[in-house]
Amino acid sequence: MKIITNGLFKNNPTFVQVLGMCPTLATTTSAVNGLGMGLATTAVLVMSNMVISVIKKFVPDKIRIPSYIVIIASFVTVIDMIMHGFTYELWKTLGLFIPLIVVNCIILGRAESFASKNNVFKSFLDGIGMGLGFTGALVILGIVREFLGNGSIFGLQITNLKLYAMILPPGAFIALGMLAAFFNYLGTMNLKKKKQQKEEK
Amino acid sequence: MSGATRLFFIFLSAILVNNFVLSRFLGICPFLGVSKKVDTALGMSIAVTFVMVFASIITWFLNVILVALNIQFLQTIVFILIIATLVQFVEIFLKKTSPALYDALGIFLPLITTNCAILGLALLNVQNEFTLLETIINALGAGLGFALALIIFASIREKLELNNDIPGPFKGIPSALITAGILSMSFMGFQGMITL
Repeated sequence: MKIITNGLFKNNPTFVQVLGMCPTLATTTSAVNGLGMGLATTAVLVMSNMVISVIKKFVPDKIRIPSYIVIIASFVTVIDMIMHGFTYELWKTLGLFIPLIVVNCIILGRAESFASKNNVFKSFLDGIGMGLGFTGALVILGIVREFLGNGSIFGLQITNLKLYAMILPPGAFIALGMLAAFFNYLGTMNLKKKKQQKEEK
Repeated sequence: MSGATRLFFIFLSAILVNNFVLSRFLGICPFLGVSKKVDTALGMSIAVTFVMVFASIITWFLNVILVALNIQFLQTIVFILIIATLVQFVEIFLKKTSPALYDALGIFLPLITTNCAILGLALLNVQNEFTLLETIINALGAGLGFALALIIFASIREKLELNNDIPGPFKGIPSALITAGILSMSFMGFQGMITL
């Protein structure tokens, strides 16, 4: 359980570790796109984490990074084909960013720092936690951008107030910057609270 | 459109209109990671441009083979392996032939493997069905566009670091992201200028 919450909140890959920024910025034009990208990445992350933790003993240290990349790339190809077959519309909007899951630093980062040191079950949990943390961040950013830019959430029209800039590239940077600042603020507030509690004791 | 004009338009479009970092969102990690100082930004951009051009040429030839064998679905796997090998090769080659350049680029080279701008460029070249010459020009433009964005951004950030008026939660990454947003807004001005 601790492993899952570690990925979800404490070491959230997007807001805390600032990894995997390219898909975060590029695919969050709407909440649905963000969710799709997040889930695709989660699937690749969970499977590659498991496989890597199984083979960790057989892979010589010197060629471990290339072999991890091949494993990740194979799973990405599988996901790419599945999405092409079953969710064609989403596949078309995400486009280039599906094959680019290969170079998402979160996946290689987890393989190197977690899966290559822990057993299969723990690696599986870590994949789920980190993946959902990433998905959550993408969905939050997607919701914010879709609401401000298109007046809707998950395609449901709410207002007619539309700030088109939020869907365009500059909006992505600014929205993510604001959210990161907000999470920083929450983080510092938490620290202050903990300090106060300690002092009271 | 005649050949030369088309090449020129591809070049210009890769630098300004479809800037890799600011409008395509490729290569954001090094964009945020190594943009604290102008010197390192310059080193990184040279290394990236270098690898981009070589990787594009090799992947172009590889794609011809993949198409001939009708196994395009292996594209991602083959391309990323080639890029990883190429980066390693360039590293070893530079170490032997020009230690000065190696010292300057050394630390950035391993980082380039996971730079999505390189793989993204290779895949875009194939998607757009560019000829070999167009591919080279596009790679050169993409590299220069990356360099332009990175160096402008680094020089802004150097000034930003000295500013003490930024409120606490905005320090570091958030203010950098908002700066990038404003920079990207200015690049939006080029949008629609060229349609290929």
